[in-house]
Amino acid sequence: MTGYFARIPLLLFTMIFTENYVLVQFLGICPFLGVSQKFSSCIGMSGAVIFVMTLASAATYAIFHAFMIPLGLGYLSTIIFIVVIAALVQFVEIVLKKFMKGLYNALGVYLPLITTNCAVLAVTLLNVDESVAQTYNFLESCANGFGAGVGFALALILFCGVRKTLERAKPPKAFQGLPITLIAAALTSMTFMGFTGMAENLFG
Amino acid sequence: MKKKLDILVNGIFKENPVLILLLGCCSVLAVSVTVEGSLGMGVALTFVLVCSNVVISLLRNIIPDKVRIPCYIVVIATFVTIVQMVVEAFLPALYSSLGIFLPLIVVNCIVLGRAEMFANKNTVGDSFFDGLGMGIGYTMVIVGISVVRELLGNGTLLGFRIIPEGYQLGIITQTPGGFFCFGCAIAILVAAMAKKGKKFEPTMGCDGGCAGCAMSATCTDAKKKEEAKV
Repeated sequence: MTGYFARIPLLLFTMIFTENYVLVQFLGICPFLGVSQKFSSCIGMSGAVIFVMTLASAATYAIFHAFMIPLGLGYLSTIIFIVVIAALVQFVEIVLKKFMKGLYNALGVYLPLITTNCAVLAVTLLNVDESVAQTYNFLESCANGFGAGVGFALALILFCGVRKTLERAKPPKAFQGLPITLIAAALTSMTFMGFTGMAENLFG
Repeated sequence: MKKKLDILVNGIFKENPVLILLLGCCSVLAVSVTVEGSLGMGVALTFVLVCSNVVISLLRNIIPDKVRIPCYIVVIATFVTIVQMVVEAFLPALYSSLGIFLPLIVVNCIVLGRAEMFANKNTVGDSFFDGLGMGIGYTMVIVGISVVRELLGNGTLLGFRIIPEGYQLGIITQTPGGFFCFGCAIAILVAAMAKKGKKFEPTMGCDGGCAGCAMSATCTDAKKKEEAKV
């Protein structure tokens, strides 16, 4: 059994490397393939995703355990969570616009796109999922959201570099553009298979 | 009636949501491991797509333009929850094999994309057929990819063993195999279209594929591009 204090680092390591949302679990593929062409937009998107995922994990966890479980509304989690995420994204956008102009200029474009990023909804749903081996406490579910965001950022930024190199390649005609990008994504995700089983040995 | 048929066929071939519009890739890549799961996912998505298209088309004159995206999401989420409950109650094996990807139909770009691009501009009947066509198009592609992946990766089809044990390529059923097979499927389509003399350049998201992006309505970049065109 993993000691309590090792759980958070274990969780972070798992979410970033072994269970990477994009390259291992196929979540958030649209932004991964759509935004990864320019380095600056990768950074902006990554920042926005980390930010929203952590906040959304905290908010949905609190709402789920404070209201939905006592009222017996657990079965409505899909509807309520997507509304919470949509509202949260709007709220964050307004707050940043008003109080943090610099951050808004960097992340603003990417915020509305995050509502439909399936990785965000997935992390909030998995945080409260009873059928997942362990149920998380509040801190762990925040760490889970943060780790998933960082994992997304890592995949996006790594893949941006891969695509930069790919631009100079000359694939067969039919493979030009998106097909060769997908093949490159396959190779990138293969490297992440190397992390399998590492987390338990490091933090076990 | 001919127009309705055209809309239906349009979704299946000419504007296939997965291979041509390149929407909803997450679930295609993740679920296409088994044929059985893919069929279930296809039916579930088709149901949600048809229902949400019809309801959004019915409400298209009532929903205020400014808050239409949240309204669509709530309508879609309602139908997804219904599907989730039905599948959990009657097909528990399918429910556990689809896992998180069943509730994630809510944020599937195909459903939101059709609501935004078709259902809010067209009549109820047309929207129904559009949803049905798109759903069938999605199901065909996901089942097609899953046939290849299950056969090569697991040696089975719908659970029946075809290739003897020990001759499978396990990696095809894992993540890299998903990307690889999807890439090859698009490449085959590009090659087939080139042979017919048609040019098809697959682009998605911010590479210039705004037309195929569900969020282009709220995306400031897309607005700028639109203005630049005008």
